[in-house]
Formats: sequence, structure tokens, C-alpha cells
Amino acid sequence: MTKRHIEPIVWLLFSAGGVAAAVFLPILILLFGLAIPLGWVRPDYNYLDAVVSHWLTRLVLLGLLVVMLFHSAHRFRYTLHDGLQLRWEVPIAVLSYGGALLGSAAALLIVLTI
Amino acid sequence: MYRQPVSRLWWLKKRTYFVFVMRELSCIFVAWFAVFLMVMVFAIGRGEASYQRFMDWAASPVVVAINIVALAFLVLHTMTWFVLTAHATPIRVGGRRVLAMREARVAGRIVPAATAVRVGGRQVPAAMVIASQYAGLVVVSAFIAWLVLR
Repeated sequence: MTKRHIEPIVWLLFSAGGVAAAVFLPILILLFGLAIPLGWVRPDYNYLDAVVSHWLTRLVLLGLLVVMLFHSAHRFRYTLHDGLQLRWEVPIAVLSYGGALLGSAAALLIVLTI
Repeated sequence: MYRQPVSRLWWLKKRTYFVFVMRELSCIFVAWFAVFLMVMVFAIGRGEASYQRFMDWAASPVVVAINIVALAFLVLHTMTWFVLTAHATPIRVGGRRVLAMREARVAGRIVPAATAVRVGGRQVPAAMVIASQYAGLVVVSAFIAWLVLR
């Protein structure tokens, strides 16, 4: 069993990430996942670099990435557990939240070293 | 105590179950695009050639296909999340603000369900909560598109 007292914190991260993903991800996927790679729009690299390097962008990006990773981890955990009726509760929780923690560390590193 | 075993394919029995599971599966694509964004930002930081290489990779058929599927799942996530928020969060206007936690049953197990924001007084209709969330979505999307493309 995972410790019960971390549950509210994880739940708050899950909710925040749910909002972040719902509001920010559709446009971000449309722009950076489809429109730019497929050449529908061509933003200038130097301009894009300047936007991404701005401290406010870095801060917002870090916040969004962390909550979205924990949102995803939390849902993944319960999808495996309730959806697929898998039994290994502890390994699944460790894998899910561990992955989100690792991703958050990577996000911090990337945001600090742009 | 005897507990009737639940079939691993229980979610194929009803349309609402299926939509529920698809909604839950959106989490895979949230994680995918979070990592995609991280690698992209890393590439931008390493210079124009590196950014170009990333976008060339992102233009490959497999990655484009994944992103099309990801966009579809995110639209489902957004639509269902807005409805969920509207129904799980009793928002009351006028008076003081209380932050409380409720519980709900998901596939038979009890989980904390929502932070209920009470601002005293009467409750805002769900349709209004949903509409205001879509307004937020439009504003944020327009701002990001403007920021990236201007």
C-alpha cells in the first residue's frame, strides 16, 4: 500500500495537471506537433529561441510539465489498477510516480540550461 | 469474503465504459507530449541546426501519426475534463471561500474526487462553468498561437 498521507498532494497535482493539459495541450500539439513540422507555419528560429529562453516562459513551462507528468502518472496508475485489474499495486505506483519524478527532474534541468 | 472477479474486458460491455477508458488512456498522450515538448525545448537551446533536426524528425510519418492520435485524445480529455470539473466542483458565489475534499467511487474503489471550492451562497449552473472553461481555452490558445506565430 502506498502511504495514505501523500494521496491529497498527488490528487492536487493530478487536478492541476488535468486543467493544464486540457487548456494548453491541444494548441501546443496543433502548433508544435503538426503545423510547424509539416511546414504549415514557419516561425523564425531566433524569435522562437528568444520566447522559450524568457524567464517567464521557462517558469510556466516547468510548472506545466511537472503537473502534467503527475496527472498522467496518477491516471496511468489507476488505469492499470482499475481498468486492467492488475494486482501489483506498489510496483505500479512506484513506476508511475517515479517516472513523473524523473521527468520533472529532467524538465527542471532542461529549463535551467536552455 | 467472496468477491466476484471483474473481467479484464469489462470496459467493452458498454459505450460509457468505453469512453471512460479512452478518457483514462489520454494520460499516455499527455506524457508523450510533455516529453516531446521537453526534447523540443532542449533542441531549441542547442542551436538552429539542432532545432531543424528535431522538426525533421517530428515531420516523419510515424511521429505525425502519433501526434494526430495525441490531438484526438487531448480533445477528448479537454471535453471530458471540463464536464467533470463542472459537476465535481460545487462553486458557490457570494460569501466566504472553503476548500474541501470530496470522495467518489471509480470502478468500485473510493478515491478523493474533487476539491470543492465553496464561495458561500448559491451554486453556479454546470453549463456556465463549462462555458467559462471553454472561454479560458480559447483565450489561452489564441495567446499561445499569437506568441509563437507573430
